[in-house]
Amino acid sequence: MFDGYLLSVLIWLPIIGGIVTLFSGDTLGARPVALLVSAVTFFISLLLWTGFNPEGYQMQFVEFAPWIESFKINYHLGVDGISMPLILLNTLTTVLIILAGWEVIKHKPAQYMAAFLIMEGVINGVFAAQDSILFYVFFEAMLIPMFIVIGIWGGDNRIYATIKFFLYTFFGSVFMLVSLIYMYNQAGSFAITDLQSVKLSMTAQILIFLSFLVAFGVKVPMWPVHTWLPDAHVQAPTGGSVILAAVMLKIGGYGFLRFSLPMVPDASSELAWLVIFMSLTAIVYIGFIALVQNDMKKLVAYSSIAHMGFVTLGFFVLFPIIANMGSSEGTLLGLQGGMIQMVSHGFISGAMFLCIGVLYDRMHTREITAYGGVSNRMPKFAALFVLFAMANTGLPGTSGFVGEFMVILTSFKANFWIAFLATTTLIIGAAYTLWLVKRVIFGAVTNPKVAELIDINKRETLILGILAIFVLVLGLWPEPLVHVMNDSLVHVIEQATTSKLVN
Amino acid sequence: MQAIYIAIPLSALIGSIIAGLFGSIIGRKGAHTVTLLGVGISCLLSIVVLFDDTYFNGSVYTWAKVGDTSFDVGFMIDRLTTMMMVVVTFVSLMVHVYTIGYMEDDKHNWPEDSRGGDNSYQRFFSYISLFTFSMLMLVMSNNFMQLFFGWEAVGLVSYLLIGFWSTRDTAIFANMKAFLVNRVGDFGFLLGIAAIWTYTGSVDYKEVFERLPNIEHITLQIIPGQEWLLVSIIAICLFIGAMGKSAQVPLHVWLPDSMEGPTPISALIHAATMVTAGIFMVSRMSPIFELSDTALSMILIVGATTAFFMGMIGIVQNDIKRVVAYSTLSQLGYMTVALGASAYSSAVFHLMTHAFFKALLFLAAGSVIIAMHHEQDIRKMGGLKKYMPITYWTSLIGSLALIGFPFFSGFFSKDLIIESVHEADIFGAHYAYWMVLLGVFITAFYSFRMFFLVFHGEERMDAHTKEHLHEPANVVTWPLIALAVPAVVSGYFLYPMVVGDYFEGVIYFSEEHPVIETISHHYHVSESGFLNLLTFVMHGLMSPPFWLAMSGVASAWFIYLKKPSIAQFGYDKLRWVHTLLDKKYFADEFNMAVFAGGALVLGKGLWAAGDRFLIDGVMVNGSAKITGWFSSVVRHIQTGYLYHYAFSIILGVLAIMSWLVFGAKYV
Repeated sequence: MFDGYLLSVLIWLPIIGGIVTLFSGDTLGARPVALLVSAVTFFISLLLWTGFNPEGYQMQFVEFAPWIESFKINYHLGVDGISMPLILLNTLTTVLIILAGWEVIKHKPAQYMAAFLIMEGVINGVFAAQDSILFYVFFEAMLIPMFIVIGIWGGDNRIYATIKFFLYTFFGSVFMLVSLIYMYNQAGSFAITDLQSVKLSMTAQILIFLSFLVAFGVKVPMWPVHTWLPDAHVQAPTGGSVILAAVMLKIGGYGFLRFSLPMVPDASSELAWLVIFMSLTAIVYIGFIALVQNDMKKLVAYSSIAHMGFVTLGFFVLFPIIANMGSSEGTLLGLQGGMIQMVSHGFISGAMFLCIGVLYDRMHTREITAYGGVSNRMPKFAALFVLFAMANTGLPGTSGFVGEFMVILTSFKANFWIAFLATTTLIIGAAYTLWLVKRVIFGAVTNPKVAELIDINKRETLILGILAIFVLVLGLWPEPLVHVMNDSLVHVIEQATTSKLVN
Repeated sequence: MQAIYIAIPLSALIGSIIAGLFGSIIGRKGAHTVTLLGVGISCLLSIVVLFDDTYFNGSVYTWAKVGDTSFDVGFMIDRLTTMMMVVVTFVSLMVHVYTIGYMEDDKHNWPEDSRGGDNSYQRFFSYISLFTFSMLMLVMSNNFMQLFFGWEAVGLVSYLLIGFWSTRDTAIFANMKAFLVNRVGDFGFLLGIAAIWTYTGSVDYKEVFERLPNIEHITLQIIPGQEWLLVSIIAICLFIGAMGKSAQVPLHVWLPDSMEGPTPISALIHAATMVTAGIFMVSRMSPIFELSDTALSMILIVGATTAFFMGMIGIVQNDIKRVVAYSTLSQLGYMTVALGASAYSSAVFHLMTHAFFKALLFLAAGSVIIAMHHEQDIRKMGGLKKYMPITYWTSLIGSLALIGFPFFSGFFSKDLIIESVHEADIFGAHYAYWMVLLGVFITAFYSFRMFFLVFHGEERMDAHTKEHLHEPANVVTWPLIALAVPAVVSGYFLYPMVVGDYFEGVIYFSEEHPVIETISHHYHVSESGFLNLLTFVMHGLMSPPFWLAMSGVASAWFIYLKKPSIAQFGYDKLRWVHTLLDKKYFADEFNMAVFAGGALVLGKGLWAAGDRFLIDGVMVNGSAKITGWFSSVVRHIQTGYLYHYAFSIILGVLAIMSWLVFGAKYV
């Protein structure tokens, strides 16, 4: 089915569906239409998984059509083992977001649902684009629905948060555009594969690397360009937080794998220490900051930053290993770990934000001190919350463990102290997460409003239940995902270890 | 055979899942039936496997295969594993039965308005079965990844069970503390695993052990200029994990607090099985530990310190469960000492006997607690002997086993440990020997202090409690009897477990640490097994540990039954010692102030100075402000008045003309 244009369907179906939703009326049509569109998109996206051939790194489901011929810009799509799982993560998350907003969004639900559907299509475009300008267009277009979601359905301080979010990310990406244009002049093409093979001088590589670092580092977000994330999360509605944490942050990690490592390998190697330093700072420094947050969303937002630190650490730790050991043996584990951490973080942080949304819908506060003893009134919810919290602490058997485990193992190969600092997450991560659980879920009921809480309904149970299953399955059996990504990641290592310097 | 291996943990897991997810549907009876059935099958099959006595090492499924490393879920079945499996499933089965009685009216433990008590009975069964599953995965593992899974999974269940009565502030503080302190241990453990993977390229036990000779002499510079032996780093990292799980000083602080959990789990998790995971792990890794004298010395010293100083605290405790908890700490110290002395089989042997008699003691304490209507203060008990004969006699058996009274299991296992340390000659062995020797007196003293205060002497409880005093239901007393049997007889397996070749090929010791060989040599004085045993007992009767134990019992009897004024006198004169012990050497205060407090201060400081001031204040909002300021300045130029623009044009023309006329000639 959809032979030859599956990816286009995955991009345009939700966008067109979103426009239809927009006009289907707030009272009746919007919710079912949006759910239908997102569900159909999700099931179609499963064809990517079933039809994917894990052997080899070549792009699959390729589509090609000229777009702006004078600049050799093409509508060029394709996926490999790196981008395919991320598209699935996106299509799944969108279904859950539509379900999560079902009853809660009273203000202009049609526009709300439409924004998320359009965002879904655009993000699929980001992951599928094989032309760097096409990528850039999707990359920027994604900001618009997100801007609207926070700006309209957000909290009291949403204007500050939207502007900060927009300027921060936009600031990052303009430098990337300059780099892309520079490389176009060298390569004579905007195709990502061409940019990956064009030779560049060291100075050029360093500058391009830095521009990518800003663009993707803001997205991930990496310390010290992370401060937009807690604000955006706190102000965003639940759905906005979920898509932001679960999918949009991954675009940063994806960018490092698709752009930085293959396009400027020599600069990546040269500046790997910087990225590793930033990643470790994210893990340790941000962990301590998460510990002292009073707002649940802020706490989870900071915890996201710390967890994403493992992604960038896993990607870049390969360079010190090569410097140490003289071969790239074993570095694959770091990349695998980083990728799995991205997917897993999508499930876990999405679930955490949904859980906070469940509480917020009932209590209209995110202050931790307002809670306590929730398990007395909402035992089902408490069980799921504790499961996700444990996944957040990286408990083996949940998906949160897999990536951290792999990255820690690999980083020991690079240096004892890198592993040492990365492993502190075991303690710090457990401290802030379990302290949150203790103060919110356990204890006696002190706030009379908590005493009136009603346990999660079927819809909420379904959403969280689906995520719980994914968290457990990925934790207990990551091999299918590992297998799918394997050849593509091996190829990235090959590219990253092959010098592109001009002789 | 492989199907049996899979069935053993799985049947416990299935029971747990059914009781946990469908607890409200199947009801209380359904929940305990299904979990009992699950664990019962596990226990039965474990015994089958024990007698089958074949070695198995194989993978069940590939968890992930990355590059040359395959991470598998698999089993390694040898004699160490099977022994652990039988101990775990047997004690677990007893605890399951006991729980039927202990948790019968759990509803009372929950506030009126809490839904937590609705299915708490089913939930409890689900948790203890889940624990059994996790512990089995831990001991049956054939690789470090799965070991770590089991390691943390038992920690999770321990967390859930310590905080089981989640409306109590002390309980939810204790469970978080337990998890975090264990995480400090796991921090080391995971680093150790990472080191192993880095240098051997595998996490599979067999492959790692095979590749040990290649890394034996590698040194690392962790601190520049300091060359450390890699195997020492690995061994110490792994042992830090064991220190967390097996509650060794200074990571012991969580175990006494874990007594906040219901008593059945104190017996199962915090006495018999989970806390011995560290001992098991070090024994399993004996090929690694044998390569590092540094690590062994550290183990010896840490264990000896725990054995003696934690026992001391037991003397001043008045909560019946806490006395047993400190005794557990102390006994874990004994096992650790044996590990440090390279007498792994002694450690494992004591692990086994301890599992039986300590589970027995805890369950007996629980029986007393039920009878006393959840009063745990031994100062409010006394004279319970006549009301609870079964509990009394089984407690006596447990206590005698604990203090190492001849012919009881602890006698053999503890004597072997003391003998082993005596034979050891690595750094710290002398210190350890004296600590474990003096510890024998302490153990006997606190054990019988508690025993006498609870079961003998005047009846100090209030009239209401006294009226209702009686032996609890059969489901409570039967497990006591069932555990009393191995608490006596399991000691007779010293041959072949320690002084025989039972663990040959499973536990390794290098030729430089021939402790077990020496002991075996001493033991085998004749051809007759019976004569050997008799000689061992006779020798024990004439050696210091026996007399120290006897004088401990006698002192406890004299001080607490005969002349209580002495206790008061000692309390008055040695107030500072009492305070020091009562405050547990101020370890909790130190941790709360330095680590917990320090982390919060650090977090707040970083947040205020780093995120809010530097990044957001100066960089982000600062650049926004500069932009704003700049535009506000520039804005003044664009006034919109035509004559302003006209004036500036004239100024401009004037400037250019001046430059052309006066300046240009110099160019």
